[in-house]
Amino acid sequence: MTATITRPRAEADPAAPQPKSRKPLGIDRRPGFLTYGLLIAFFIGGTYPLYWSFVAGSSPSSVLTDTWPPLLPGGLFWQNVGAVMDTVPFWMSLLNSVVVSAIITVSVVFFSTLAGYSFAKLKFRGREGLLVFVVATLAVPTQLGIIPLFMVMKQFGWTGSLGAVVVPTLVTAFGVFFMRQYLVDVIPEELIEAARVDGASMIATFWHVGIPAARPAMAILGLFTFMTAWTDYLWPLLVVPQNPTLQVALSQLQSAKYVDYSIVLAGAVLATIPLLVLFVLAGRQLVSGIMAGAVKG
Amino acid sequence: MTATLTPPPATTTPPPPRRAPKDKQPFRHRLSRFDVKASPYIYIAPFFILFGLVGLFPLGYTFVVSLNKWNLLTGPAGFIGLDNYVAELNDPFFWNSLFNTVSIFLLSAIPQLVGAVLIAAVLDQNIRAKTFWRMSVLIPYVVTPVAVTLIFSSAFDEKYGLINNLLASFHLDPVMWKTETFPSHVAIATMVNWRWTGYNALILLAAMQAVPRDIYESAALDGAGAVRRFFSMTLPSIRPTMIFVIITATVGGLQIFTEPKLFNPTTATPGGPQRQYQTTVLYLWDLAFNRQNFGKASAVAWLLFLIIVLFGVLNFLVSRRIASTEARVSKRRMTKLLNDHNQQKTDRAAQGSLAVIAAAEEKRS
Repeated sequence: MTATITRPRAEADPAAPQPKSRKPLGIDRRPGFLTYGLLIAFFIGGTYPLYWSFVAGSSPSSVLTDTWPPLLPGGLFWQNVGAVMDTVPFWMSLLNSVVVSAIITVSVVFFSTLAGYSFAKLKFRGREGLLVFVVATLAVPTQLGIIPLFMVMKQFGWTGSLGAVVVPTLVTAFGVFFMRQYLVDVIPEELIEAARVDGASMIATFWHVGIPAARPAMAILGLFTFMTAWTDYLWPLLVVPQNPTLQVALSQLQSAKYVDYSIVLAGAVLATIPLLVLFVLAGRQLVSGIMAGAVKG
Repeated sequence: MTATLTPPPATTTPPPPRRAPKDKQPFRHRLSRFDVKASPYIYIAPFFILFGLVGLFPLGYTFVVSLNKWNLLTGPAGFIGLDNYVAELNDPFFWNSLFNTVSIFLLSAIPQLVGAVLIAAVLDQNIRAKTFWRMSVLIPYVVTPVAVTLIFSSAFDEKYGLINNLLASFHLDPVMWKTETFPSHVAIATMVNWRWTGYNALILLAAMQAVPRDIYESAALDGAGAVRRFFSMTLPSIRPTMIFVIITATVGGLQIFTEPKLFNPTTATPGGPQRQYQTTVLYLWDLAFNRQNFGKASAVAWLLFLIIVLFGVLNFLVSRRIASTEARVSKRRMTKLLNDHNQQKTDRAAQGSLAVIAAAEEKRS
């Protein structure tokens, strides 16, 4: 049941043969070369900058002065990677990013599911008003509160520690709203009532009915929360410049007076690999998550 | 699925309290009632407490700071009312940053929307290997903004950049991407567009697929060609989603920071030697953490906050209008369903809910 809900309806289409009667109308006809030509153009446009970074990142910096960009990668990638590691603490920053993003993801997903379940399925006084509040805060740019946040972190002596990076994003209004929108349709009232009649406490009902039903949405929310935490730059740059996350370390490759672009690009490629791996493993879920989120609005 | 068909839970009977020993019942009962009453609040409390502490309180306190003379090192040095706001509204650098932000935003939002609609329209056809092509337009999204900026900062380098090299090979004059205002805005907008166009295309694609296919069929029967169908049917139906995309892009676009910050690291002032591409958040950052003027930086934060909230309210109004239209449609659908439902024998309905309860039982064990 849940599976059909998570996927946008088109996902099921390719397997289903189109009824013959439709063909003469030209609606679902197989498209021609123009379409595939455009698709290939989009593909090249999306991947060429990355490929070119790899080419330049694996060559001596002199290739950048060539009139025509080289088409094939050189053999210096590992040497350039070595230079990256000499310049910035790559492994430490990678570990920092993993820790920070993982903590934020677990926290956001858990608290969002809990609050989203309550908003979707429990009845309490003030529910509508509080939900409107959550929706209203969706558009609030909390990033603009960095000045007092920074002062507080400094006061507590947290600057430099990963805790300072994590704390401001432990919960998001978007997560709560997203889980609420998902759960409101997915769990039948009867299921909750049945569990209650059986004598399960509220938290046991949440655990045995809410969480299993919420799992697909939790995965999608987790994926996007992880991506957002991983790509964040402004706040980590402020609080942990000396104990950097990956993005901060990456930006430090460039801060010298003279910028050696083949090393910078090798670093950019290297730092993209973890997310490319994630993309290969979970790209399908990313696509359906974006498409499902759009339908929900 | 079944949930849509179930009648409102008026038929539910309170769980009969039975067989419990009489002396234990009141306490258990009271405990259970407390559980029912308090749990909803306990579940939403962590969100509200944390969000209040790290989200709303800092924003509110920013306003307090903005009313004071306040330096990073010396701390608060006296209440000065709205002087910081007056100073900022008279500061050409503030207006310059706002101009740059809006200019970069327009250069990214418009091409991005056109590109996203085009990509979505292509993907909306009956193509082979759908999932592959959909995933392929999302590849730029997994490159982080910092990495994107490093890559494009190299490509737009004035002396040895890929793009000026290519221009030179066609005997064209190099473009001063990092020192002239308009080219630098184009360069920064390109970074944003590259990363987000495919993402937005997927959102629009979902909207396009929600358009019922039979409408297209009847239009085709009436002799409307593919182009005609696209402009007079597809585009109007996805308009709400396009507005959604525009407004989210606005809220994000007005806070752009990473790209201008890292575009050219060799300049002393962030955002170009003459602040050619210094955006408002970058200006705020420079004011607060380089020039250490927290008071003025907080005033800038609040001015930007008000601008963004203006767009947020717009967002709310637009989406509420969309929602009320949808609600009307679904209400009609719901009435129809309920009518159908009432015609059925009640015992069939009872059977249905029994099945759900049985399913619940199965899941629990």
